[in-house]
Amino acid sequence: MTRAGMTDQKAKTEIEASAPGSIRVLVAKLGLDGHDRGAKVVARILRDAGMEVVYTGLYKSPDEVVGAAIQEDVDVIGVSLLSGSHVPLFRELGRCLREQKAEHIFVVAGGVIPERDYAALWESGVDAIVPQEARADLIVTTIRDLIIARGRI
Amino acid sequence: MTIFAPSKPAKRTAYTPSNALVPEILAGIIPAVSRMISRAEAGYSEASEALAQIYRHTGKAHIVGITGVPGAGKSTLVSSLIKAFASEGNKVGVVAVDPSSPFSGGAILGDRVRMSDAAASCGAFVRSMATRGHLGGLARATLQAVDVLDAAGYSPILVETVGVGQDEVEVVTAAHTIVVLSAPGLGDDIQAIKAGILEIADIHAVSKSDRPEAAAMVAALRGMMGLGAGKANSIWTPPVLAVSSVSGERLGDLKDAIVKHRAHLEASGELAGRQRNISKTRILATARHLFQHKFDEKADELERHIQAVVNREIDPSAAASLLLGWKGEGTRP
Repeated sequence: MTRAGMTDQKAKTEIEASAPGSIRVLVAKLGLDGHDRGAKVVARILRDAGMEVVYTGLYKSPDEVVGAAIQEDVDVIGVSLLSGSHVPLFRELGRCLREQKAEHIFVVAGGVIPERDYAALWESGVDAIVPQEARADLIVTTIRDLIIARGRI
Repeated sequence: MTIFAPSKPAKRTAYTPSNALVPEILAGIIPAVSRMISRAEAGYSEASEALAQIYRHTGKAHIVGITGVPGAGKSTLVSSLIKAFASEGNKVGVVAVDPSSPFSGGAILGDRVRMSDAAASCGAFVRSMATRGHLGGLARATLQAVDVLDAAGYSPILVETVGVGQDEVEVVTAAHTIVVLSAPGLGDDIQAIKAGILEIADIHAVSKSDRPEAAAMVAALRGMMGLGAGKANSIWTPPVLAVSSVSGERLGDLKDAIVKHRAHLEASGELAGRQRNISKTRILATARHLFQHKFDEKADELERHIQAVVNREIDPSAAASLLLGWKGEGTRP
């Protein structure tokens, strides 16, 4: 086992102690963005890290995504956006989360998101942004860090 | 490097005690329903009293199992059934099971891809569930999830199994009505007379009836029925319906057949037998699970027995008796 693998195992044990059961993530594609190769790769990475990944499929509205996240009781919504419309879509997603009282669900953004838009995303309630050049294990540790900080609900 | 939101307050919501969720579940409040299902899945001991309360409010829903090989079209069919039942004012619940990885424990739950439109537009509750190592086509907590939905007023509740092979028939002890979905082009009439999954059907559906091979599949299944298949002690003859979610062909008939089967169960008195069967299996399955738990606690003792069996000092049967705490090596009480 590699060094990275061992820390990985440690983080996993820590999570299991604080929140029994699996981490559940909703991987979503919002709006008119038909490219989901990246979303599927991320889903696979999270699966291999022991998480349960619900994939929504393409062309979902923020309202639909939040509704699905509540029924599936996920810990995290991961949204991959490549269409350039991330600012309004995350704003709407944040609004739906507040409206449906689901603000305990973390929002992690990925895809093509220029730095100048970060501030707008924080304002919308995004909790973390994983840039497109990020390594696979970074996506996993980002989610685990968020869950450990929160504890079980 | 991940960038985290600057100076955000921690998203720590207070832990709502499970007992406090019960009245909300009975009132059909969705976040409470889904949270309770998570706790049943995780096996929180804190939730067991609440689940016991919930169980007292169950028994009203019509539980329909949908099973079939991987890729047969189960999720697509469930999506169509949600719409068909919802259009008559039913509050439809769905529990869709997908496999967990035996290596990482993770899972890709993809059933929702086919169902999200129906779920959003019909007010249905759709929950994806990973097997978490449970064999037989369902997850350990599937029936607890069904209980929660039942208590919350959902009916029918559609239980979609994992894509099964020939022998995963656990759903038969979970549902009142079993729909076995066969895909065209996956074998000849010998497949149709084999034992196992095809025998458990209350209703046979053949998917993708827009394809030419579908007619042969229907003929093979009808041929099997003609040989006197169907369950013993029942006057119900399982219908064989070729459906297409592309054209919508005969989906209404399938929905009607499901409703008709329920009426048959009630009129013939078979329902009571099925309820007994479901209860019996649940008790035994839970007991087995608790037993398994006990063995996990005895890991050190198990390790000693393994070594003894490897060294040919005792035989596996004697080791099992010791593990169970039965006196006298190799003898059963």
